Amino acid sequence: MNMTKIQEFEQSLVRSDLPEFRVGDTLRVHYKIVEGDKDRIQVFQGVVIKRHRAGARSTFTVRKVSFNVGVERVFLLHSPRIDKIEIVSKGVVRRSRLFYLRELQGKAARVRDQKDA
Amino acid sequence: MNQKPGIIGKKLGFTQFYNDAGDVIRCTVIEAPNVTVLGKRTKEKDGYVALVLGMTDAKEKHLTKPQLGAFKKAGVPAKRVVKELRCHDDFAAKFEVGQVVKLDQVFEVGQLVDAKGKTRGRGFTGVMRRWNFAGFVQTHGTHEYRRHGGSIGTNMTPGRTLPNVKMGGQYGDETLSVLNLTVAKIDAERGLLFIQGGVPGAKSSLVTIRHAIKAKPKA
Repeated sequence: MNMTKIQEFEQSLVRSDLPEFRVGDTLRVHYKIVEGDKDRIQVFQGVVIKRHRAGARSTFTVRKVSFNVGVERVFLLHSPRIDKIEIVSKGVVRRSRLFYLRELQGKAARVRDQKDA
Repeated sequence: MNQKPGIIGKKLGFTQFYNDAGDVIRCTVIEAPNVTVLGKRTKEKDGYVALVLGMTDAKEKHLTKPQLGAFKKAGVPAKRVVKELRCHDDFAAKFEVGQVVKLDQVFEVGQLVDAKGKTRGRGFTGVMRRWNFAGFVQTHGTHEYRRHGGSIGTNMTPGRTLPNVKMGGQYGDETLSVLNLTVAKIDAERGLLFIQGGVPGAKSSLVTIRHAIKAKPKA
């Protein structure tokens, strides 16, 4: 009984306009950055290495390698700051957490595309 | 005596939401459904001003006849929780006996409030948990001294353990107030109050939320 009232409230925060995606997919996340009173949209493209499914509090982690430095960003899935999410490609992976990508470099650090499978 | 306007409620748990800027606000949810004015204490009759508030309907068989009489006099259904809150005249004047107190009549979004609750009882607790002592090394021959607190004083001078030395003992189950929390959101329709930050107490325990007593006026 207690939980339902909070769940009910959290349900109202869930966004339904975002596409379905899975771990291993490559995404372009259009994210609103607020600087002072201006905001602009920054695109972060990379592989989803983790999804944390927790209703309105869900997050996902995107990893990319930028100038030979690995960069990971955790996004709140239902955040109003996410302008849109584009799915660049669907990947084929066998696990839900792709942390092994952190150890790999170059060609080895790729995820097999669904089209090639 | 704290005479700030306030309300009683039930702690529901934690959640988070996004404000207009898109920031995440993490907050405690307090439920204050059908908090009803059961009576008023007046200066003439009682020597002080207070509102008697009741919350959560009770079964009549759980109450004594004198208790039921008081509810009957106020003309409201029997309540399980009854609490008096001291207040100023003008706040008491806003409410009639039998009236349901809406959250937006008491609070506004963004204001500072104090939250009072009874912390979760942890029983007799050692110094590591109660006072965050470090304990001792787990290896190198430590014998029956791993979670001890160490020395509690000196020898001849003063020849006794000083008062207030941190030791094991009852931890929790005490009334605690957290001051200057921000009201993040009010859902008066559902009777939900969202307070940014933590509020003492277990889930579904009774909490008292009042206007901040030590808040500095805006410069």
